[in-house]
Amino acid sequence: MTAVRTSTLAAAKLVFQRDMTLAWRRWDEVAQPLIFYVVVTTMFPLATTPDLSALREIGGGVVWVAALLASLLALEALFRADVEDGTTEQWVLSGQPLGYLLLAKVAAHWVLTGLPLVIMSPIVGTGLGLPTGAWGVLMFSLLLGTGTLSILGGIGAALTVGVRRGSVLLSLLVLPLAMPLLIFGSRAVSMQMDGDSPAGPLQLLAAIFFMALSLGPIAMSAAIRISVEN
Amino acid sequence: MDLQKFFEMGGYAGYVWTSYGLTALILLWNWWAARRSEAEAQTAARRRNELALERSA
Amino acid sequence: MSWTWFHKLASPPHAYRILGSMAPWFGWASLALILLATWWGLVKAPADYQQGDGFRILYVHAPSAWMSMFTYVVMAVAAGVGLVWRIKLAHAAAAACAPIGASFTFLALATGSIWGKPMWGTWWVWDARLTSELLLLFLYLGYMALRASFDDPQRADRASAVLALVGVINVPIIHYSVNWWSTLHQPASVTKFDKPSIDLAMLIPLFLMIVGFQLYFGWAVSRRLRGEILRRERNANWLKEAA
Repeated sequence: MTAVRTSTLAAAKLVFQRDMTLAWRRWDEVAQPLIFYVVVTTMFPLATTPDLSALREIGGGVVWVAALLASLLALEALFRADVEDGTTEQWVLSGQPLGYLLLAKVAAHWVLTGLPLVIMSPIVGTGLGLPTGAWGVLMFSLLLGTGTLSILGGIGAALTVGVRRGSVLLSLLVLPLAMPLLIFGSRAVSMQMDGDSPAGPLQLLAAIFFMALSLGPIAMSAAIRISVEN
Repeated sequence: MDLQKFFEMGGYAGYVWTSYGLTALILLWNWWAARRSEAEAQTAARRRNELALERSA
Repeated sequence: MSWTWFHKLASPPHAYRILGSMAPWFGWASLALILLATWWGLVKAPADYQQGDGFRILYVHAPSAWMSMFTYVVMAVAAGVGLVWRIKLAHAAAAACAPIGASFTFLALATGSIWGKPMWGTWWVWDARLTSELLLLFLYLGYMALRASFDDPQRADRASAVLALVGVINVPIIHYSVNWWSTLHQPASVTKFDKPSIDLAMLIPLFLMIVGFQLYFGWAVSRRLRGEILRRERNANWLKEAA
Protein backbone atom coordinates (compact mmCIF):
# COMPACT_ATOMS: atom_id res chain seq x y z
CA MET A 1 0.00 0.00 0.00
CA THR A 2 1.43 3.32 -0.97
CA ALA A 3 1.55 6.05 1.69
CA VAL A 4 -0.28 9.25 0.86
CA ARG A 5 2.00 12.23 1.33
CA THR A 6 0.16 15.27 2.63
CA SER A 7 1.44 18.53 1.26
CA THR A 8 2.81 21.02 3.76
CA LEU A 9 0.13 23.50 2.77
CA ALA A 10 -2.59 20.96 3.51
CA ALA A 11 -1.03 20.12 6.86
CA ALA A 12 -0.76 23.80 7.75
CA LYS A 13 -4.38 24.33 6.76
CA LEU A 14 -5.40 21.49 9.03
CA VAL A 15 -3.61 23.07 11.97
CA PHE A 16 -5.22 26.44 11.21
CA GLN A 17 -8.71 25.03 10.83
CA ARG A 18 -8.40 22.97 13.99
CA ASP A 19 -7.60 26.04 16.04
CA MET A 20 -10.42 28.02 14.48
CA THR A 21 -12.91 25.23 15.23
CA LEU A 22 -11.71 24.92 18.82
CA ALA A 23 -11.96 28.67 19.27
CA TRP A 24 -15.48 28.70 17.88
CA ARG A 25 -16.53 26.34 20.63
CA ARG A 26 -14.99 28.57 23.28
CA TRP A 27 -15.70 32.00 21.94
CA ASP A 28 -15.72 33.51 25.42
CA GLU A 29 -11.98 32.88 25.61
CA VAL A 30 -11.57 34.73 22.34
CA ALA A 31 -13.60 37.65 23.63
CA GLN A 32 -11.55 38.12 26.79
CA PRO A 33 -8.54 39.92 25.30
CA LEU A 34 -10.90 42.18 23.38
CA ILE A 35 -12.77 43.15 26.52
CA PHE A 36 -9.47 43.71 28.29
CA TYR A 37 -8.47 46.01 25.44
CA VAL A 38 -11.55 48.18 25.86
CA VAL A 39 -11.25 48.22 29.64
CA VAL A 40 -7.60 49.29 29.56
CA THR A 41 -8.22 52.08 27.08
CA THR A 42 -11.04 53.28 29.33
CA MET A 43 -8.66 53.44 32.27
CA PHE A 44 -6.56 56.18 30.73
CA PRO A 45 -9.20 58.90 30.51
CA LEU A 46 -10.37 57.98 33.99
CA ALA A 47 -6.82 58.22 35.29
CA THR A 48 -5.97 61.47 33.58
CA THR A 49 -8.56 63.75 32.05
CA PRO A 50 -11.83 63.61 30.14
CA ASP A 51 -10.57 66.33 27.83
CA LEU A 52 -10.40 64.81 24.37
CA SER A 53 -7.91 67.31 23.02
CA ALA A 54 -5.47 66.38 25.79
CA LEU A 55 -6.12 62.66 25.32
CA ARG A 56 -5.50 62.98 21.62
CA GLU A 57 -1.85 63.79 22.36
CA ILE A 58 -1.21 60.31 23.73
CA GLY A 59 -4.17 58.51 22.16
CA GLY A 60 -2.19 56.61 19.55
CA GLY A 61 0.28 55.41 22.15
CA VAL A 62 -2.43 54.31 24.57
CA VAL A 63 -4.26 52.28 21.93
CA TRP A 64 -0.97 50.62 20.99
CA VAL A 65 0.01 49.79 24.57
CA ALA A 66 -3.45 48.36 25.24
CA ALA A 67 -3.27 46.26 22.07
CA LEU A 68 0.14 44.87 23.03
CA LEU A 69 -0.98 43.96 26.53
CA ALA A 70 -4.22 42.40 25.31
CA SER A 71 -2.34 40.29 22.74
CA LEU A 72 0.07 39.10 25.40
CA LEU A 73 -2.81 37.88 27.55
CA ALA A 74 -3.86 35.36 24.95
CA LEU A 75 -0.34 34.23 24.11
CA GLU A 76 0.57 32.33 27.25
CA ALA A 77 -1.89 29.55 26.54
CA LEU A 78 -0.93 29.33 22.87
CA PHE A 79 0.91 26.04 23.04
CA ARG A 80 -0.07 24.81 26.45
CA ALA A 81 -2.98 22.59 25.45
CA ASP A 82 -1.12 21.17 22.47
CA VAL A 83 1.93 20.25 24.51
CA GLU A 84 -0.22 18.71 27.22
CA ASP A 85 -2.20 16.44 24.91
CA GLY A 86 0.78 15.49 22.75
CA THR A 87 -0.22 17.32 19.59
CA THR A 88 3.10 19.18 19.42
CA GLU A 89 4.98 15.90 19.52
CA GLN A 90 2.90 14.75 16.58
CA TRP A 91 3.86 17.90 14.73
CA VAL A 92 7.55 17.36 15.47
CA LEU A 93 7.35 13.73 14.35
CA SER A 94 5.13 14.38 11.36
CA GLY A 95 7.97 14.98 8.94
CA GLN A 96 6.41 18.25 7.88
CA PRO A 97 8.56 21.37 8.26
CA LEU A 98 7.76 22.34 11.82
CA GLY A 99 8.09 26.06 11.12
CA TYR A 100 5.14 26.10 8.74
CA LEU A 101 2.86 24.24 11.14
CA LEU A 102 3.74 26.62 13.94
CA LEU A 103 3.22 29.59 11.63
CA ALA A 104 -0.26 28.26 10.86
CA LYS A 105 -0.91 28.05 14.58
CA VAL A 106 0.29 31.61 15.08
CA ALA A 107 -1.81 32.76 12.12
CA ALA A 108 -4.91 31.28 13.72
CA HIS A 109 -4.05 33.02 16.97
CA TRP A 110 -3.66 36.32 15.15
CA VAL A 111 -7.01 35.97 13.36
CA LEU A 112 -8.67 35.31 16.71
CA THR A 113 -6.84 37.93 18.76
CA GLY A 114 -4.94 40.48 16.70
CA LEU A 115 -7.47 41.01 13.97
CA PRO A 116 -10.36 41.86 16.35
CA LEU A 117 -8.05 44.34 18.09
CA VAL A 118 -7.29 45.97 14.76
CA ILE A 119 -10.97 46.20 13.88
CA MET A 120 -11.90 47.60 17.29
CA SER A 121 -9.12 50.19 17.25
CA PRO A 122 -11.04 53.03 15.57
CA ILE A 123 -13.74 52.71 18.22
CA VAL A 124 -11.39 52.81 21.21
CA GLY A 125 -9.33 55.42 19.40
CA THR A 126 -12.30 57.70 19.04
CA GLY A 127 -12.82 57.41 22.77
CA LEU A 128 -9.33 58.85 23.15
CA GLY A 129 -9.94 61.71 20.79
CA LEU A 130 -8.30 60.30 17.68
CA PRO A 131 -9.67 61.89 14.49
CA THR A 132 -11.21 59.87 11.67
CA GLY A 133 -8.26 60.76 9.45
CA ALA A 134 -5.98 58.71 11.67
CA TRP A 135 -8.04 55.53 11.53
CA GLY A 136 -6.35 54.13 8.46
CA VAL A 137 -2.84 54.54 9.81
CA LEU A 138 -3.90 53.28 13.22
CA MET A 139 -5.40 50.12 11.79
CA PHE A 140 -2.59 49.47 9.34
CA SER A 141 0.12 49.98 11.93
CA LEU A 142 -1.72 47.70 14.37
CA LEU A 143 -2.18 45.13 11.63
CA LEU A 144 1.57 44.88 11.14
CA GLY A 145 2.30 45.25 14.84
CA THR A 146 -0.09 42.61 16.14
CA GLY A 147 1.10 40.26 13.41
CA THR A 148 4.72 40.70 14.48
CA LEU A 149 3.74 40.38 18.10
CA SER A 150 1.93 37.10 17.46
CA ILE A 151 5.15 35.71 16.00
CA LEU A 152 7.37 37.12 18.77
CA GLY A 153 4.88 35.92 21.32
CA GLY A 154 4.83 32.54 19.67
CA ILE A 155 8.56 32.26 20.23
CA GLY A 156 8.17 33.32 23.84
CA ALA A 157 5.23 30.98 24.41
CA ALA A 158 7.16 28.07 22.90
CA LEU A 159 10.09 28.78 25.22
CA THR A 160 7.98 29.03 28.37
CA VAL A 161 5.57 26.14 27.86
CA GLY A 162 4.93 24.38 31.14
CA VAL A 163 6.67 27.00 33.25
CA ARG A 164 4.70 27.91 36.35
CA ARG A 165 3.40 31.50 36.23
CA GLY A 166 4.54 31.50 32.65
CA SER A 167 2.37 34.45 31.62
CA VAL A 168 4.36 36.96 33.66
CA LEU A 169 7.65 35.55 32.43
CA LEU A 170 6.32 35.63 28.88
CA SER A 171 5.45 39.31 29.18
CA LEU A 172 8.88 40.04 30.62
CA LEU A 173 10.50 38.30 27.66
CA VAL A 174 8.31 39.62 24.86
CA LEU A 175 7.65 43.23 25.85
CA PRO A 176 11.24 44.51 25.57
CA LEU A 177 11.44 42.94 22.13
CA ALA A 178 8.17 44.63 21.19
CA MET A 179 9.29 48.13 22.14
CA PRO A 180 10.44 49.05 18.62
CA LEU A 181 6.98 48.10 17.34
CA LEU A 182 5.45 50.38 19.92
CA ILE A 183 7.76 53.24 18.99
CA PHE A 184 7.15 53.04 15.27
CA GLY A 185 3.44 52.23 15.49
CA SER A 186 2.36 54.98 17.83
CA ARG A 187 4.68 57.44 16.11
CA ALA A 188 3.07 56.67 12.76
CA VAL A 189 -0.31 57.59 14.21
CA SER A 190 1.03 60.81 15.75
CA MET A 191 2.68 61.83 12.51
CA GLN A 192 -0.52 61.23 10.61
CA MET A 193 -2.37 63.43 13.06
CA ASP A 194 0.26 66.15 12.77
CA GLY A 195 -0.10 66.17 9.00
CA ASP A 196 3.28 64.53 8.30
CA SER A 197 3.59 61.44 6.19
CA PRO A 198 3.70 58.27 8.29
CA ALA A 199 5.40 56.35 5.50
CA GLY A 200 8.76 56.09 7.31
CA PRO A 201 7.65 54.31 10.47
CA LEU A 202 5.08 52.26 8.57
CA GLN A 203 7.75 50.95 6.24
CA LEU A 204 9.94 50.11 9.21
CA LEU A 205 7.03 48.28 10.81
CA ALA A 206 6.55 46.32 7.62
CA ALA A 207 10.25 45.50 7.46
CA ILE A 208 10.21 44.21 11.03
CA PHE A 209 7.09 42.19 10.26
CA PHE A 210 8.66 40.48 7.27
CA MET A 211 11.80 39.78 9.22
CA ALA A 212 9.73 38.20 11.97
CA LEU A 213 7.79 36.23 9.37
CA SER A 214 10.95 34.75 7.87
CA LEU A 215 13.08 34.21 10.98
CA GLY A 216 10.36 33.66 13.55
CA PRO A 217 9.36 30.14 12.52
CA ILE A 218 12.99 29.00 12.82
CA ALA A 219 13.20 30.25 16.39
CA MET A 220 9.77 28.83 17.18
CA SER A 221 10.63 25.34 15.91
CA ALA A 222 13.88 25.36 17.88
CA ALA A 223 11.97 26.44 20.98
CA ILE A 224 9.21 23.85 20.55
CA ARG A 225 11.74 21.07 20.04
CA ILE A 226 13.49 22.11 23.24
CA SER A 227 10.23 22.13 25.16
CA VAL A 228 9.02 18.81 23.80
CA GLU A 229 12.24 16.82 23.88
CA ASN A 230 12.61 16.89 27.66
CA MET B 1 47.59 69.83 45.05
CA ASP B 2 44.77 70.94 47.28
CA LEU B 3 43.09 67.92 48.88
CA GLN B 4 40.02 69.92 49.82
CA LYS B 5 39.52 71.00 46.22
CA PHE B 6 40.01 67.42 45.07
CA PHE B 7 37.20 66.13 47.28
CA GLU B 8 34.90 68.94 46.24
CA MET B 9 35.25 68.06 42.55
CA GLY B 10 34.38 71.59 41.51
CA GLY B 11 30.99 71.40 43.19
CA TYR B 12 30.06 68.07 41.70
CA ALA B 13 31.34 66.10 44.68
CA GLY B 14 28.10 64.29 45.40
CA TYR B 15 27.65 63.15 41.83
CA VAL B 16 31.22 62.14 41.07
CA TRP B 17 31.86 60.32 44.32
CA THR B 18 28.52 58.52 44.24
CA SER B 19 29.25 57.34 40.71
CA TYR B 20 32.72 56.10 41.57
CA GLY B 21 31.41 54.63 44.78
CA LEU B 22 28.69 52.71 42.93
CA THR B 23 31.29 51.49 40.45
CA ALA B 24 33.46 50.22 43.29
CA LEU B 25 30.39 48.57 44.83
CA ILE B 26 29.43 46.78 41.62
CA LEU B 27 33.00 45.63 40.96
CA LEU B 28 33.33 44.40 44.52
CA TRP B 29 29.97 42.62 44.38
CA ASN B 30 30.91 40.86 41.14
CA TRP B 31 34.27 39.89 42.64
CA TRP B 32 32.61 38.45 45.73
CA ALA B 33 29.77 36.76 43.82
CA ALA B 34 32.06 35.17 41.24
CA ARG B 35 34.37 33.78 43.90
CA ARG B 36 31.45 32.52 45.93
CA SER B 37 29.87 30.86 42.91
CA GLU B 38 33.10 29.01 42.16
CA ALA B 39 33.73 28.09 45.80
CA GLU B 40 30.21 26.73 46.30
CA ALA B 41 30.52 24.59 43.20
CA GLN B 42 33.88 23.29 44.40
CA THR B 43 32.52 22.36 47.84
CA ALA B 44 29.54 20.62 46.28
CA ALA B 45 31.77 18.70 43.88
CA ARG B 46 34.09 17.67 46.71
CA ARG B 47 31.15 16.43 48.73
CA ARG B 48 29.89 14.40 45.79
CA ASN B 49 33.34 12.85 45.43
CA GLU B 50 33.39 11.88 49.09
CA LEU B 51 29.92 10.35 48.87
CA ALA B 52 30.90 8.40 45.78
CA LEU B 53 34.02 7.12 47.51
CA GLU B 54 32.01 6.11 50.57
CA ARG B 55 29.53 4.21 48.44
CA SER B 56 32.18 2.35 46.53
CA ALA B 57 34.10 1.49 49.69
CA MET C 1 44.77 22.81 9.69
CA SER C 2 44.62 20.95 12.94
CA TRP C 3 41.57 21.79 15.03
CA THR C 4 42.79 19.90 18.07
CA TRP C 5 43.37 23.05 20.04
CA PHE C 6 39.75 24.07 19.42
CA HIS C 7 38.32 20.73 20.46
CA LYS C 8 40.58 20.73 23.48
CA LEU C 9 39.18 24.11 24.47
CA ALA C 10 35.69 22.68 24.50
CA SER C 11 36.76 19.93 26.86
CA PRO C 12 35.60 20.83 30.36
CA PRO C 13 38.57 19.50 32.34
CA HIS C 14 41.01 21.26 30.06
CA ALA C 15 39.02 24.49 30.20
CA TYR C 16 38.75 24.21 33.98
CA ARG C 17 42.50 24.02 34.32
CA ILE C 18 43.29 26.76 31.81
CA LEU C 19 40.76 29.17 33.32
CA GLY C 20 42.18 28.45 36.74
CA SER C 21 45.67 29.45 35.70
CA MET C 22 44.57 32.45 33.62
CA ALA C 23 42.29 33.99 36.22
CA PRO C 24 44.96 35.46 38.54
CA TRP C 25 46.65 37.15 35.58
CA PHE C 26 43.37 38.73 34.53
CA GLY C 27 42.61 39.68 38.09
CA TRP C 28 45.80 41.47 39.01
CA ALA C 29 46.15 43.16 35.64
CA SER C 30 42.59 44.46 35.81
CA LEU C 31 43.07 45.73 39.36
CA ALA C 32 46.20 47.61 38.36
CA LEU C 33 44.62 49.14 35.28
CA ILE C 34 41.38 50.12 37.02
CA LEU C 35 43.28 51.81 39.84
CA LEU C 36 45.53 53.58 37.35
CA ALA C 37 42.56 54.69 35.27
CA THR C 38 40.75 55.93 38.37
CA TRP C 39 43.69 58.00 39.47
CA TRP C 40 44.22 59.33 35.96
CA GLY C 41 40.56 60.19 35.52
CA LEU C 42 40.09 61.83 38.89
CA VAL C 43 43.43 63.55 39.30
CA LYS C 44 45.59 63.82 36.21
CA ALA C 45 43.00 64.46 33.51
CA PRO C 46 41.84 68.04 33.11
CA ALA C 47 38.35 69.17 34.00
CA ASP C 48 35.96 69.65 31.12
CA TYR C 49 35.44 73.14 29.69
CA GLN C 50 31.64 72.95 29.95
CA GLN C 51 30.95 70.32 32.58
CA GLY C 52 33.87 70.88 34.94
CA ASP C 53 34.78 68.04 37.24
CA GLY C 54 31.37 66.46 36.70
CA PHE C 55 32.71 65.20 33.39
CA ARG C 56 34.88 62.69 35.25
CA ILE C 57 31.83 60.47 35.62
CA LEU C 58 32.41 59.59 31.97
CA TYR C 59 35.38 57.44 32.96
CA VAL C 60 33.10 54.97 34.75
CA HIS C 61 29.89 55.49 32.82
CA ALA C 62 31.15 54.91 29.29
CA PRO C 63 33.19 51.77 30.09
CA SER C 64 30.19 50.30 31.96
CA ALA C 65 27.94 50.95 28.99
CA TRP C 66 30.51 49.45 26.64
CA MET C 67 30.89 46.33 28.82
CA SER C 68 27.13 45.90 29.08
CA MET C 69 26.85 45.66 25.31
CA PHE C 70 30.05 43.68 24.82
CA THR C 71 28.95 41.11 27.40
CA TYR C 72 25.57 40.68 25.77
CA VAL C 73 27.16 39.94 22.42
CA VAL C 74 29.60 37.46 24.00
CA MET C 75 26.70 35.84 25.83
CA ALA C 76 24.63 35.55 22.66
CA VAL C 77 27.53 34.17 20.60
CA ALA C 78 28.35 31.62 23.31
CA ALA C 79 24.69 30.63 23.53
CA GLY C 80 24.51 30.31 19.75
CA VAL C 81 27.61 28.12 19.62
CA GLY C 82 26.16 25.97 22.37
CA LEU C 83 22.86 25.63 20.55
CA VAL C 84 24.21 24.90 17.09
CA TRP C 85 27.21 22.71 17.94
CA ARG C 86 25.76 21.37 21.19
CA ILE C 87 28.81 22.31 23.23
CA LYS C 88 27.88 22.36 26.90
CA LEU C 89 30.84 24.57 27.77
CA ALA C 90 29.49 27.31 25.52
CA HIS C 91 26.15 27.25 27.35
CA ALA C 92 28.05 27.43 30.63
CA ALA C 93 29.95 30.46 29.35
CA ALA C 94 26.71 32.22 28.43
CA ALA C 95 25.31 31.54 31.88
CA ALA C 96 28.49 32.92 33.45
CA CYS C 97 28.25 36.14 31.44
CA ALA C 98 24.68 37.06 32.35
CA PRO C 99 25.00 38.41 35.91
CA ILE C 100 28.20 40.26 34.98
CA GLY C 101 26.54 41.94 32.02
CA ALA C 102 23.42 42.79 33.98
CA SER C 103 25.42 44.48 36.73
CA PHE C 104 27.39 46.54 34.19
CA THR C 105 24.10 47.57 32.60
CA PHE C 106 22.75 48.62 35.98
CA LEU C 107 25.94 50.59 36.64
CA ALA C 108 25.71 52.32 33.27
CA LEU C 109 22.13 53.32 34.03
CA ALA C 110 22.90 54.50 37.55
CA THR C 111 25.96 56.52 36.59
CA GLY C 112 24.15 57.87 33.56
CA SER C 113 21.26 59.00 35.70
CA ILE C 114 23.57 60.56 38.30
CA TRP C 115 25.49 62.35 35.56
CA GLY C 116 22.24 63.61 34.06
CA LYS C 117 21.09 65.36 37.22
CA PRO C 118 23.63 68.19 37.26
CA MET C 119 23.83 68.35 33.48
CA TRP C 120 20.19 68.15 32.48
CA GLY C 121 18.49 68.94 35.77
CA THR C 122 16.53 65.73 36.24
CA TRP C 123 17.33 62.31 37.66
CA TRP C 124 16.06 60.58 34.59
CA VAL C 125 15.99 61.60 30.96
CA TRP C 126 14.49 59.56 28.15
CA ASP C 127 17.44 60.02 25.89
CA ALA C 128 18.34 57.41 23.30
CA ARG C 129 21.32 55.90 25.08
CA LEU C 130 19.79 55.59 28.54
CA THR C 131 16.55 54.17 27.14
CA SER C 132 18.42 51.60 25.04
CA GLU C 133 20.45 50.70 28.10
CA LEU C 134 17.26 50.24 30.09
CA LEU C 135 15.83 47.91 27.45
CA LEU C 136 19.12 45.99 27.48
CA LEU C 137 18.70 45.53 31.23
CA PHE C 138 15.24 44.08 30.58
CA LEU C 139 16.76 41.66 28.08
CA TYR C 140 19.35 40.51 30.63
CA LEU C 141 16.73 40.13 33.36
CA GLY C 142 14.46 38.18 31.02
CA TYR C 143 17.34 35.87 30.11
CA MET C 144 18.19 35.23 33.75
CA ALA C 145 14.53 34.78 34.68
CA LEU C 146 14.02 32.24 31.89
CA ARG C 147 17.12 30.30 32.97
CA ALA C 148 15.92 30.22 36.55
CA SER C 149 12.45 28.97 35.67
CA PHE C 150 13.59 25.52 34.55
CA ASP C 151 14.70 22.69 36.80
CA ASP C 152 16.19 20.76 33.91
CA PRO C 153 19.60 22.35 33.19
CA GLN C 154 19.62 21.21 29.58
CA ARG C 155 16.29 22.82 28.83
CA ALA C 156 17.40 25.94 30.68
CA ASP C 157 20.55 26.12 28.58
CA ARG C 158 18.84 25.66 25.26
CA ALA C 159 15.73 27.75 25.85
CA SER C 160 17.76 30.69 27.14
CA ALA C 161 20.10 30.30 24.16
CA VAL C 162 17.16 30.77 21.77
CA LEU C 163 16.11 33.83 23.75
CA ALA C 164 19.63 35.28 23.69
CA LEU C 165 19.80 34.89 19.92
CA VAL C 166 16.39 36.47 19.38
CA GLY C 167 17.51 39.27 21.70
CA VAL C 168 20.79 39.93 19.93
CA ILE C 169 19.01 40.28 16.59
CA ASN C 170 16.70 42.77 18.24
CA VAL C 171 19.45 44.86 19.82
CA PRO C 172 20.28 46.85 16.68
CA ILE C 173 16.58 47.29 15.96
CA ILE C 174 15.97 48.53 19.49
CA HIS C 175 18.97 50.83 19.24
CA TYR C 176 17.86 52.33 15.98
CA SER C 177 14.21 52.72 16.95
CA VAL C 178 15.03 54.35 20.29
CA ASN C 179 17.49 56.67 18.58
CA TRP C 180 14.87 57.70 16.05
CA TRP C 181 12.27 58.12 18.78
CA SER C 182 14.43 60.33 20.94
CA THR C 183 15.51 62.66 18.14
CA LEU C 184 11.93 63.50 17.27
CA HIS C 185 11.42 65.90 20.13
CA GLN C 186 14.94 66.92 21.03
CA PRO C 187 16.06 70.40 20.15
CA ALA C 188 19.32 70.52 18.26
CA SER C 189 21.32 71.94 21.16
CA VAL C 190 21.03 68.98 23.50
CA THR C 191 24.18 68.19 25.45
CA LYS C 192 25.58 64.85 24.44
CA PHE C 193 27.60 62.65 26.71
CA ASP C 194 30.52 62.39 24.36
CA LYS C 195 31.74 65.28 22.33
CA PRO C 196 32.75 64.83 18.69
CA SER C 197 36.35 65.71 19.45
CA ILE C 198 37.42 64.41 22.82
CA ASP C 199 40.74 65.58 24.19
CA LEU C 200 43.62 63.11 24.13
CA ALA C 201 44.17 63.77 27.83
CA MET C 202 40.65 62.49 28.42
CA LEU C 203 40.92 59.58 26.04
CA ILE C 204 43.75 57.95 27.98
CA PRO C 205 41.92 57.33 31.27
CA LEU C 206 38.86 56.28 29.31
CA PHE C 207 40.85 53.75 27.33
CA LEU C 208 42.66 52.49 30.42
CA MET C 209 39.39 51.99 32.24
CA ILE C 210 37.85 50.12 29.32
CA VAL C 211 40.81 47.74 29.12
CA GLY C 212 40.71 47.38 32.90
CA PHE C 213 37.02 46.48 32.76
CA GLN C 214 37.63 44.01 29.94
CA LEU C 215 40.32 42.23 31.95
CA TYR C 216 38.01 42.28 34.96
CA PHE C 217 35.36 40.65 32.80
CA GLY C 218 37.91 38.00 31.85
CA TRP C 219 38.63 37.31 35.51
CA ALA C 220 34.96 37.19 36.55
CA VAL C 221 33.93 34.94 33.66
CA SER C 222 36.85 32.60 34.38
CA ARG C 223 35.78 32.19 37.98
CA ARG C 224 32.07 31.81 37.23
CA LEU C 225 32.70 29.48 34.32
CA ARG C 226 34.78 27.18 36.51
CA GLY C 227 31.85 27.00 38.89
CA GLU C 228 29.45 26.29 36.04
CA ILE C 229 31.71 23.51 34.73
CA LEU C 230 31.79 21.86 38.13
CA ARG C 231 28.03 22.09 38.45
CA ARG C 232 27.47 20.49 35.06
CA GLU C 233 30.07 17.74 35.07
CA ARG C 234 28.37 15.83 37.83
CA ASN C 235 29.72 12.34 37.45
CA ALA C 236 32.86 12.77 35.42
CA ASN C 237 36.01 11.06 36.63
CA TRP C 238 38.29 14.03 36.17
CA LEU C 239 36.48 15.78 38.98
CA LYS C 240 38.05 13.42 41.46
CA GLU C 241 41.50 14.82 40.74
CA ALA C 242 40.47 18.40 40.17
CA ALA C 243 38.30 19.12 43.22
